[in-house]
Order: sequence, then C-alpha cells, then structure tokens
Amino acid sequence: MSTAAVAAAAPRRLSVRSSLSRNRRWALITSYVFLVIFAIFFLIPPYYMVVTALKSDAEVAHMATNPWIVADGFTLDQFKILLTQTDFLIFFKNTVIVTVSVVAITMVVSVLAAFSLGRMKFWGSSILATGIFLTYLVPDTLLFIPLFQIVKAVGLLNNYWGMILVYPTLTVPFCTWIMIGYFQSIPKELDEAALIDGAGHMQMLTKIFIPVALPGIIAAMIFAFTVSWAAFVYPMAFLYSADQQVLTVGTVTSLIRGDVYKWGMLMAGALMAAAPPLVIYAFLMDYYIAGLTAGATKG
Amino acid sequence: MAEVSLRNVVKRFDDVDVVRNISLDIPDNEFVVLVGPSGCGKSTTLRMIAGLEEITAGDIYIGGEVVNDLPPKDRDIAMVFQNYALYPHMSVFENMSFGLKLRKFPKEEIRKRVAHAARILDITELLDRKPKALSGGQRQRVAMGRAIVRNPKVFLFDEPLSNLDAKLRVQMRTEIKRVHQMVKTTTVYVTHDQVEAMTLADRVVVMNGGVIEQIATPQDLYHHPKTRFVAGFIGSPAMNFLRCRLEQNGAGLRVRLSDAIGLPVPASQSARFQALTGKELIFGLRPEHITEPRRNDRDPQCEFAATLDVVEPMGMETMVYFTVDGQEVCGRVDPGSATGPGETMRLYADMDRMHLIDPQSGAVL
Repeated sequence: MSTAAVAAAAPRRLSVRSSLSRNRRWALITSYVFLVIFAIFFLIPPYYMVVTALKSDAEVAHMATNPWIVADGFTLDQFKILLTQTDFLIFFKNTVIVTVSVVAITMVVSVLAAFSLGRMKFWGSSILATGIFLTYLVPDTLLFIPLFQIVKAVGLLNNYWGMILVYPTLTVPFCTWIMIGYFQSIPKELDEAALIDGAGHMQMLTKIFIPVALPGIIAAMIFAFTVSWAAFVYPMAFLYSADQQVLTVGTVTSLIRGDVYKWGMLMAGALMAAAPPLVIYAFLMDYYIAGLTAGATKG
Repeated sequence: MAEVSLRNVVKRFDDVDVVRNISLDIPDNEFVVLVGPSGCGKSTTLRMIAGLEEITAGDIYIGGEVVNDLPPKDRDIAMVFQNYALYPHMSVFENMSFGLKLRKFPKEEIRKRVAHAARILDITELLDRKPKALSGGQRQRVAMGRAIVRNPKVFLFDEPLSNLDAKLRVQMRTEIKRVHQMVKTTTVYVTHDQVEAMTLADRVVVMNGGVIEQIATPQDLYHHPKTRFVAGFIGSPAMNFLRCRLEQNGAGLRVRLSDAIGLPVPASQSARFQALTGKELIFGLRPEHITEPRRNDRDPQCEFAATLDVVEPMGMETMVYFTVDGQEVCGRVDPGSATGPGETMRLYADMDRMHLIDPQSGAVL
C-alpha cells in the first residue's frame, strides 16, 4: 500500500516542478516578445532619421521612392552642407557653453542646498525643502512670460547667457530634491564619526558626503544635462538671432523656411545633436554603476 | 588619559526629560559600562559626553576641564558606533587615518600609528580593503582601530556588539577587554546587555528612566543590589520576586510566602529586619539560590516541596519553574535531581542570599 502511495506521489511532484519551469519559460518568452516589440517601436524614429539623413534632397522629395530604404545611393551631403553652409556649429557651441555652465551652477547650488536642508536640521528646513520641490512643479510654459520681464530687465534678452540664468530655475529644484534624498539615506553615524574625527561641515561634505553620494550626484547631473541640452520653450522665447541660438530652436528655425522643410538636413542635425547626450549617458552610466557597487569586490 | 565627570546633567527633548540630573565620576583608566533597558537615557548620556548632544543643564568635565560648549573634535575623544560608521568609500587604512589626517599629523607618524593599532587588532592584512569587503567582526575591529590610532583621552562605545552574532559577540567582548588592558584609556561603554556589562566593567552604572539606579562593581551589583530594578535587571534568569509577610518565628523571623511555605530569616539578618515584622514586603531570591537540597549543614526549615510546571534542561543545570501563591518562581537545580513536569520536588532556598524589598519605594531593605 505504501509503495503505491509513493508511486502516486512521485509523478505529482514531478509535474509540479515541470509546471514551474514551464511557467518560467512562458514568462521569459512573453517578456522577450514584448521587449522586442518595444525595442522596434522605439527604434523606428531614429532609424527613419538615419535613413533620411543619408539620402539626397532629390530622393527625399521624390514621392514614389520607398521612405524606409536608401535607394539612390548613400550620401553625406546633408551633413556637409549643414556643417559648412549653416549656423549649426554656432548653435552647437552655444548649447555646449550653456549646458556646461548650467550643469556646473546646478551642481554647486543644489549640492550645498541639499546638504544644508537634508543634514543640518534648522528651523523650517523641511518646509523649505518641500517648497523647493513645489517650484519644480510649475511648468516652464507658465513661467516664460514673467521670466521674459526678468531676463529683459537684466539685459540678457537675445543672449545665451540669459539661458544660463533661467535654466537653473528648472534644474536646481529637482536636483536638490534628488540629493536631499540621497544625503538623507547616508547613516547619521557617518557624520557623527566625521565630527568626532575632527571634520568641519565643509570637510564632511567634500570628504564624506560627495564621495558617498556620487551615484546620486551623477543622476542629478544627467538630469540637469538633459534639461538644459533639450530645453526648447525658453530659447524659443528669449533668443532670436542666429549667433545666440541653441541647437534645439536653431536647427528648427534655420532649416524650416515657411513651408519648405529641409528634411535631410533636419534629420542630420537632429542626429548630431543627439550624439553628445548618447555618449555622455553611456560614459556616466558606467560610472553610475561603478559608484553603486564600489568596494563590493575589491578596493 | 583623563577622568570624566558628570555633574547634575539633564537632557530634555521638547518636554521629555530623557536624562534627569545625573552625577557620575569616572577616574582615569577606568572602564565604566552604562547599562539599562532601551530608553533609559544611557546612549543620550554617552552622546552628551561625546558632544553630539547638547546638554540642557549641568556640567561635563573631561580631564578636569568643562567641555559643555566644546565641539566633539575638541574634546579629544574617540567613539565606536553600533553600526561601525566606517566611511564606505575609503580603505581600512584611510578610515583609520582620517582623523589623524584632518589633524595634520605627519605622514610617517600616521603610518606608524595605524600599523601599531592594526597589530593590536590583528587587521594588518585588511588595510587595503574597503569596508564592504569585511565581515561584521572585522568592521568592528576597524572601528576600534579608528579610535585607537587617535590615542584619545576617552573611548566611547555605543552598543558596539549589538550587530554581531552571538558567538562573535563573546569573542569581540574579550577583544575589547584585552585592548583596554593594553591601551589603558578611560572608557565609557553603553550596552543593554547585562552580561556584557558584568564581564567588561570595572564599575557598572545601571540606569532606568533617565536616572542612575546604582553605581557599583559587577560583584557588588550582583550581591548587593540597591533597588528592585537593579536586582531584577542583573542576573539571568532574573531574580524571583514574591509577595511576602514578615512574621515572628520563635526568637527569629520568618518570611511567609504562602500558607504552606514560610522560610526562616537567617539569624545574622534578623536584627536588621525586626522592625518590619508584620509588614507586607517583596521577597527576592535568585534562581541559582533555589536548588535541590545539596548542602550538608543546611537548615531543614529552608526546605519546601513544589510541584513543577516546566522543566528546562540546559546541560550543566536544569531550570525548574513552579508557582507559589500564583506567582511563577524559577530554580536552578542539578540535572540529576530534577523530576518531571507535574511532579513534586524537594527544593532548598539559600536564605543567606535573600533580599527584602519595600513594595512602595522599590528599595532593597
């Protein structure tokens, strides 16, 4: 009787295990299917950009050709013309200056702000921290009219230095908020140990907090970089001559003339404008992960 | 090297008095342990000595100097935290040398001191590692190393062993004692573990509800607790407390626990308790003083019978639990003599070790 019971139990146990592995296999297959669908979905626009940028103007304009492939032979003319006969390089230079300055200003302001708000408890510090975050919730489409008055008043209208003044209103609140969270996650004993070891507040910040919170700081930097590189509304409103224009608005305004769209060059410009963020993301992501796992294996 | 003194120290958070008027003198080189249940104010007291908490009232002296308004770095103290608080981005060497570097010690001196401390703690091979690559015990050693290299006036330990597993805790306890014997620095050590307190301390400070219940050597604390709290807190399993009435017993006195059990007060103590005759008191006796009848010169009046509820064999001894007048009592008997649960056993109370406690004030009489 007992052997029969064992015999009956054995296949049941086996089937449980195989249904588990079947479940797992189905989960994997389903996730791969959806991942592939989404990857295709998100890669179509960049692919379309690359294809269009490599075509000649004639082919782009020709209605009968297949838009998904380059039929008349690859050409780099779009890039050449863009770089030599338009203000693209000026836009690029302006964007780099603006972005680097904005990231630098943002990091200095928000690291100091986050350290004092997150770590040095003082009267009203938590209300102030919430208040800073609330300012981030006001959209730039609402702010650009009053900001126009301010930028005009300080004499920076139609000057990319004005962007360096206004972008931090978008980046500082959010970056401060991210970093308050990071600094607060650092155990309190760490600053107490540093205090006893003889560190002042500035040394505590530079020698302990910044290195320990590096992943958070890099995340904030990526955010500030993205906002300032891709900003559209403010430069649209505050800049109007080509020598002061940045990539986002400059490419669009100089390559669309009335109802004439220079599709090839627009796509080439967009590709080149997207390259620096791509490179920086790739580079900082490595750093970001290295920061997260520092010391886990070997110092 | 310095003595530490607290004079009428008070700490108030909002409206709550966490530490109420504490005075304490710690001579040079002494190892003092502050012990008590959570929320008794022991950690706050330590943090006030460290300068991490401001004091509401009173004075704290380190080496004869009032340090009330001195920041932690100027008090010449070193502290070991419960969660080690190692700097995660620095190697063990950098962790240990950080304080010296900030104080601008010459490189050669730093290297010498770190090497010396690493030798004491046996962590020389770990100096290049990051904290994440260390085990709990190793991290604890590094945290101690960071304190030792500074060669401070006072060591402060805030529950340093609570994060370690039981075996490692015993090992590190011995280690801390060994290190103290080597470096001979005044030490204030906070723990909630009475075994740690008893094994490490030159003197133990028992705290409860923000006040000091008793300051004494471990032996003194065990044999002569001053309050019911101390009597119950020190020793494991805890002392048995039973309602009793003191009554006349011929020429002597007797502690009446129940209708069946009345135990004679030793003649040597009768005179002391004479005035309390007829009063309702609390009788205290440690489990280790309730045994099977084992002494040859024993007083037969101290024997009684009990029906055991629970029997817990521990190996070298067996815990027996029974009730007297509805109150649970624990005894520690020889494993061979214990009967089973539900059975009756002859037990002997070592009345020379008894305590009588005033139920109102909680004072040991």
